[in-house]
Amino acid sequence: MTIARIDRRAPRSPARPREAATAAPADGLALRRHRRRRSRLTALAFLAPLALYLAAFYVYPLYRNLDLSLRDYTVRSFVAGDAPFSGLDNFRTVLDDPTFGPAMRHTMIFTFVSIAFQYAAGLALAVFFNRHFRLAATLRALFLIPWLLPLIVSASTWSWMLNSESGVLNYALHTVGVAPVDWLNSPHWALTSVIIANVWIGIPFNLVILYSGLQNIPGELYEAASLDGAGAWQQFRRITFPLLRPVSAITLLLGLVYTLKVFDLIWIMTKGGPSDSSSTLATWSYQLGFGSLLPKFGPGAAVGNILILIALVFGLLYIRVQRRQEA
Amino acid sequence: MKSATGKRRYTVIGLLLTAVMLFPVYWMLNVSLTPQQDMRKSPPDLLPLHPTFEGYRAVLNDQMPYLGTSLLIGVGTVVLTLVLAAPAGFALAKLRPPGGGFLGLALLVAQMIPGIVMAMGFYGIFLDLGLLNSWWGLIIADSTIAVPFGVMIFTAFMSGIPGELIAAARIDGAGTFRTFRSVVLPVSRNALVTVSLFSFLWAWSDFVFANTLDGGGDLRPITLGIYHYIGNNNQEWNAIMATAVVASLPAAVLLVLAQRYVAAGVTAGAVKD
Repeated sequence: MTIARIDRRAPRSPARPREAATAAPADGLALRRHRRRRSRLTALAFLAPLALYLAAFYVYPLYRNLDLSLRDYTVRSFVAGDAPFSGLDNFRTVLDDPTFGPAMRHTMIFTFVSIAFQYAAGLALAVFFNRHFRLAATLRALFLIPWLLPLIVSASTWSWMLNSESGVLNYALHTVGVAPVDWLNSPHWALTSVIIANVWIGIPFNLVILYSGLQNIPGELYEAASLDGAGAWQQFRRITFPLLRPVSAITLLLGLVYTLKVFDLIWIMTKGGPSDSSSTLATWSYQLGFGSLLPKFGPGAAVGNILILIALVFGLLYIRVQRRQEA
Repeated sequence: MKSATGKRRYTVIGLLLTAVMLFPVYWMLNVSLTPQQDMRKSPPDLLPLHPTFEGYRAVLNDQMPYLGTSLLIGVGTVVLTLVLAAPAGFALAKLRPPGGGFLGLALLVAQMIPGIVMAMGFYGIFLDLGLLNSWWGLIIADSTIAVPFGVMIFTAFMSGIPGELIAAARIDGAGTFRTFRSVVLPVSRNALVTVSLFSFLWAWSDFVFANTLDGGGDLRPITLGIYHYIGNNNQEWNAIMATAVVASLPAAVLLVLAQRYVAAGVTAGAVKD
């Protein structure tokens, strides 16, 4: 998924032609006011469906989720809708749960390690593809594939590749003399396994954004630098990396927001297991709400709301950085 | 000619990198063609030397209804997204509505909300309304992934439409709605394609909403088809991977037919032109 925004630098629409010019001065004013009110109404009519939609299918589900996290739900009261209000009890339960610490830690490790590798690989590839060799455009397009595949496809393919007995990765390790790794079934490796798969999925996104950032760096800078005798590494360190900083900041922050909420991949590959060794806030929340025959909707929703808070912190940081760059 | 051979070296390295990156995709294809008895062979066959189509036959037998549902849900999500997002984008870009700035910010924040949280909220609502396990309930839920993105794309694109074009339509006597339909929409083709493409792909790929809201319905999407294959633990990995290959086809087709729109959508959030 990608986060889109309104490009504030896009040319503003020129003012509408002065209607008053055609009307006599006296009733021109009244006419203009009338027209302005009508155009406001028209604008609202165009926006109304979206506003209603957002209220019904964004605000209301979020409200329901908040409500869930503040009540003591059981399956019966969930259906009947008469669960008693319990304040912050669910949040307290969740914070005291022995799973909370590990889930939080795994979320952070998963997010930051994934992003570090995705960004490094994406940047290296972007610089590489910026050399404009033959087939560069085609190969760059092919790199998008992992990002476009349905997550269930990538997740199940990686599950089989990481299978401990018959997986191709262990076979590859075997050929270089490394003992087989019990990727998905060992608590030591489960988190690493889902990170590997997630890095693979995220590289294209980083590549595409960083590559288009590179297009904005003037070629003359490199020509001047190489005249001054700067080598490839010098050019990267003194020109590419500093000038790419704004785009890098945006890429990393967007990456943070996406990666924090990754659910499908981990759920399909490990369900957060074995024994919660790869559970993150997202999978734990789902596990609580839907993962067992005795759902704990309240605590599940509480974890979800904690996740929203964390995502919003990074999200608002992203918006700030974005705004400042445009100013 | 040093630089020519240098460039050729880049092409070779590029091909190698692409091969490494796409190895999982190749492996999915390879496994989908591997006979069941060779599945756990060691060493595994790196090439499908004895290809079998059992896996694909299983797809034809078991998965066609799921594929049909996914198509229905994908198309439904595209229609719903376009109907909501295109007029709103036009209003935000050209009509300067009161509260437009706030709405823009709200859309940005909306894109950051984790899917599982939305799924949980929807679950409660759909349970009340009796919408669980219905295909059109799933369309509504899936559209929440794409609508904010769609509005943003339309707004950005339509801001670039010259004001003269719209003014000319008005002078010809067209009202705002006519202007939108006969002038703005036709020139916004690129935005329409980008938004349709992504909303289809996201609805087609959705797993969270499907698993939460449509786990027991008559019409379940292909993502659940694959998930149940894995869950049933039938170990027929050629069938699982064959389904995965078929489920990847829309992505492949879109990449071939509409690559520049894909890149446009990815960068929409991050880079200024």
